[in-house]
Amino acid sequence: MGEFFSKLFSGTIPLEAYIVVSLIMFFSGIYGFLSRKSLLMILISIELILNSIDINFAVFNRYLYPGNMEGFFFALFTIAISACETAVAIAIVINIYRNLNNVEVDSMTELREPSANETEIKEVNE
Amino acid sequence: MQYTLLILVLPLLAFVVLGLVDSRWKARTAGTIGTTVMGIVAILAYYTAWSYFTTANPGGVYQKFIPFQMEWMKFSDQLHIDLGILIDPISVMMLVVVSTVSLMVHIYSLRYMEGEKGFERYYAFLSLFSFSMLGLVVATNIFQMYIFWELVGVSSYLLIGFYYTKPEAVAASKKAFIITRFADLFFLIGIFLLSYYTRTFDFDVLNSGNATVFAGTAGLSFLGLSLMNWIMALIFIGGAGKSAMFPMHIWLPDAMEGPTPVSALIHAATMVVAGVYLVARLFPVYYFFAPEVLHGIAYIGIFTALFSAVIACTQTDIKRVLAYSTISQIGFMMVGLGVSGMGGHHGLGYMASMFHLFTHAMFKALLFLGAGSVIHAVHSNEMNKMGGLRKYLPVTHITFLIACLAIAGIPPFSGFFSKDEILSAAFEFNPYLGSLLIFIAGLTAFYMFRLYYGIFWTKEYKHEHIPHESPLAMLLPLIFLALVTVFAGFIPFGKFVTNDGADYHIHIDLVTASVSVAVAAVAIAISTIMYRKENKISDRIVSSFSVFFKIVVHKFYIDELYMFITKKIVFRLISAPIAWFDRTLVNGTINSFATVTQWTSLQIKGIQTGRVQQYAFVFLLSTLLIAALIIFI
Amino acid sequence: MNFLLIFILIPMLMMVGLFFANNRKQINLITLSGSVLLLLSAIGLTFLYLHQRAIGNTAEMLFITDVPWYPAFNIHFLVGVDGISVIMLLLSSIIVFASVLVSWKIDTMPKEYFIWFSLLSAGAFGFFISLDLFTLFFFLEMSLVPKFLLIGIWGSGKKEYSAFKLALMVMGGSVLVLFGILGIYYFSGAESMNLLELAKHTIPLNIQYYLFVSSFVGFGIIGAMFPFHSWVPDGHSSAPTSVSMFLSGISMKLGAYGAFRVAIFLLPEAAHQLAWIFLILAAFSVFYGAFTALAQTDLKYINAYASISHCGLLFFAFLIFNETAITGAFLQMISHGLITALFFATIGMIYSRTHTRMINDMNGLMKVIPFIGVSFTIAGLASLGLPGFSGFIAEMTIFVGAFQETDLLHRVLTLIAATSIVITAVYILRVVGKVLFGTITNKHHLEFADATWWERVSVIVLVIAIAGLGSAPMLFSNMINDSLQPVLNNLMR
Repeated sequence: MGEFFSKLFSGTIPLEAYIVVSLIMFFSGIYGFLSRKSLLMILISIELILNSIDINFAVFNRYLYPGNMEGFFFALFTIAISACETAVAIAIVINIYRNLNNVEVDSMTELREPSANETEIKEVNE
Repeated sequence: MQYTLLILVLPLLAFVVLGLVDSRWKARTAGTIGTTVMGIVAILAYYTAWSYFTTANPGGVYQKFIPFQMEWMKFSDQLHIDLGILIDPISVMMLVVVSTVSLMVHIYSLRYMEGEKGFERYYAFLSLFSFSMLGLVVATNIFQMYIFWELVGVSSYLLIGFYYTKPEAVAASKKAFIITRFADLFFLIGIFLLSYYTRTFDFDVLNSGNATVFAGTAGLSFLGLSLMNWIMALIFIGGAGKSAMFPMHIWLPDAMEGPTPVSALIHAATMVVAGVYLVARLFPVYYFFAPEVLHGIAYIGIFTALFSAVIACTQTDIKRVLAYSTISQIGFMMVGLGVSGMGGHHGLGYMASMFHLFTHAMFKALLFLGAGSVIHAVHSNEMNKMGGLRKYLPVTHITFLIACLAIAGIPPFSGFFSKDEILSAAFEFNPYLGSLLIFIAGLTAFYMFRLYYGIFWTKEYKHEHIPHESPLAMLLPLIFLALVTVFAGFIPFGKFVTNDGADYHIHIDLVTASVSVAVAAVAIAISTIMYRKENKISDRIVSSFSVFFKIVVHKFYIDELYMFITKKIVFRLISAPIAWFDRTLVNGTINSFATVTQWTSLQIKGIQTGRVQQYAFVFLLSTLLIAALIIFI
Repeated sequence: MNFLLIFILIPMLMMVGLFFANNRKQINLITLSGSVLLLLSAIGLTFLYLHQRAIGNTAEMLFITDVPWYPAFNIHFLVGVDGISVIMLLLSSIIVFASVLVSWKIDTMPKEYFIWFSLLSAGAFGFFISLDLFTLFFFLEMSLVPKFLLIGIWGSGKKEYSAFKLALMVMGGSVLVLFGILGIYYFSGAESMNLLELAKHTIPLNIQYYLFVSSFVGFGIIGAMFPFHSWVPDGHSSAPTSVSMFLSGISMKLGAYGAFRVAIFLLPEAAHQLAWIFLILAAFSVFYGAFTALAQTDLKYINAYASISHCGLLFFAFLIFNETAITGAFLQMISHGLITALFFATIGMIYSRTHTRMINDMNGLMKVIPFIGVSFTIAGLASLGLPGFSGFIAEMTIFVGAFQETDLLHRVLTLIAATSIVITAVYILRVVGKVLFGTITNKHHLEFADATWWERVSVIVLVIAIAGLGSAPMLFSNMINDSLQPVLNNLMR
């Protein structure tokens, strides 16, 4: 503990500090993903998770392999991917809103109508 | 003798051409083509016979020629099917018989089948049959024989079923094919076993009488009978199927559903004697290596002869009477072969059998064609729709009478000579057998004259149209065959066909001959009393033996027995249960896999809520759990 | 470029072409020209092959192309042919040609139908030319998926059930095959999936047992061996005509061919040890199929069970392990492929007119549709082994081979299998008699038109092939025989 603080106050931020931050971000993301009912909140939670990963990439690269750049690249790559993903997700969310007039996860049950599903299996078996 | 190949090629070509043109040509053209081809084939066959019998016996013994041979299919280094032409006394004799009768039938059919739908098809099938039968008789090896054996079987199937809209004809053709096929299975197994142990299919090697060829079978036996006996018995079953020996005779009477000329050609003169020919062809093998089977053949022959002669006495369909008489006569031939020895006077039975085959082919074809002429006139097969026809059909009447006298064994007609030789051979083998044979010959005379009187004498049946004599194209074959029947007996047959190829001088055994002629004469006399004029004698005899008569009329219920076996046992007890087993058990097992899978999935599908957050939660928890496990354990 | 790749390229090009096709005419043009090209290439390949052999090329496999595909696992795209494959290619191209013609007027979604059909044929062609276990498996799977769609969408009757059943069972078979293939690869210790390489390695016997059972049963399911045959009757009866032809003509042969190329060739010791089990199953399947066919009333069911019987004979012949019998087995493959295709083609033609396949509803059809009737009869006669047609040659070769084994088991099983000769005649003649002969009982049947030109061409091609093989068998049996030696050497080692 002492080492941690001494490093912290001596101007170089220790690796663990970054990890603590990213851990907190990650789990708040997870919590949000599990508990929120709104699609937008879930999306934001996913972004949180992704960002925490980005931090990890950058930090580990910086501290463990200072000469290499792969981690940074991966971080950039992830950012690009998450940007695309967000764009697609938002599009989906907007479409869902247009159809259902809300963006609650619980209201989206159309793809699993149990009754229709079962009759089809029955038919196939006859 | 390369030209003998044409004997096979021409009918095949005729079949292909006639088969392909379908109905685009006029019927006349198709008939002319078929008949012309058959005429050329007949001329070639006569030429072959003439040149063979005049030149091929330099040392008094006939040589064998193989003018053409090619390898057709190779199974292994030793076993290969060759297609070739074997020219030896019996094959030449058969060539003459087949081509003559076939030509007569071709000519006859030009008018008999006139106007029938499918006239071209008829001639195509006739050509196919002629090709297959000629190929069968010139076969150089047993497998070639089997190939053509099957082909004659199928042409017989096609021709019996020629009137395919008639259910009886369809049933009869099916029956004929399946029963002969069943017999062929045994034939085939026999061929396979024989070829496995001898490493050859060739008749030349098999018939050499060389015991080393059969060394492989030495000492092997099964159920107390030597292997060679088994093999040759299996091969004989094939022959028995084709030649309608008891108990596989039931297809032949039904085969009369086919056109009458076809019956004359296939089911009287040529194909049905294939079994006799087969035994004759393999005679040295039978004689030297399976003598028990050879004797068995004699007993089966005589039983069949008796059995079918008895049935023939009760039938009223004229073609069926002739069919049973054919079976009976083939029985005679089988007896001839069965009692024969090898060479010289011992080989008398063989010679007699071949002689009888020859004469029988001619007079039986004549009988069938005559019957065809009668049917042509009255449009019925039933004897009670005939009677008194001698006034209307004079030529048919005379020729039919000649054939009847020949089959009854009255000299100087050909049947007398050949039958007499069989009788004396049988007497030498076993006097009881000979006596029984003479009795059967008497029965033959009786039922043939019953038939003759039934058609041409007795009370006249009132026909709607007055029956008229057949046209010339139908009468010519009748007259030709009648001439052959009259004179064929004087052919010195022993000079040509014996089982060792050497000359044998036929001499008539006066005692046997006089007894058999006397018996035949008495039988004819009885027949004359009973059937010439309409009277009650036959009815009285029938009523006094009513039970026995009923059994005989129903042909000893053999057909019913077959129906029982096929319908009840094969269909109901084997086939249907297996089909049930397949659909219920085998298929059920497969379906039950699906059912179980589906049931399981229905049971556990509640876990799949479709809520991603729930999944993620479970996922997270399990990840943590696994991580914990890995870290702390 | 390697000549063999044509067989995969043409179907692929057909698919591309079909994708852009706009109307019925273009679709027919593409499929017809593609299948004609395939047929011509197969004939050309046969001549090329014979030429190579004639000039003394004695290599086991000719026209080999070897492209590394996924080197990490030694997976190569490796193709090459011997006499057997050449003949199988010839068979397949004839059947594809005939099937395309038969479905000339298919009316629902013809474009998609032919796309899937082309994929199916690409898979089959690829299978027959592969020499690499992975390539083999790849093409096996490729020819599987389209079947599901073709039956499920274009089929008749309980098509979904049949499609599922077929796909799942065959998929199950290919899982077993995969297991066998991977086992062979790992346990042989070879650095290659090349069949010829693998054959040089010996796998420990106790492992061979498992691998043999797995791969043989796997291929047995695909090749419809008793008791794994139950997809056959349903699959065939629900499939559209051309798919039925393809299924029984080619797909079932994939199983038998694979069983020979993989299970027997690569696992010879286990094959010897375990042959008796499968020999019994195969002989029983001959008998069983024939008797079951006897009790059926649906034309397609009859032919499906007949196929089971005939394919049983095929497996039976393989497991006798002598040259004659195996030659016979391949002859039977071709012969049965052609005959059954002809059968299904004519059944399809009858069905398209009568709209029923129940033999009791039909009678006397010979009179109104003589061409189809005659073709059906020819198929029947060929199937029951009439000399002059291919069935006879194949059966006789098999039985001559079978009779070379003198021990009791072989003798008894051979006799059981031989009974099918009679039973086949019974069920064939029963059908022919019921459907074609007699008088017409249904008035509507009087208005039928006889075969159209495309139906005629398709039938004639098949009949010529059947009669050709039946009357000049040496051409083909020599090609097969030449290629058998390596396998036999492996078996005898």
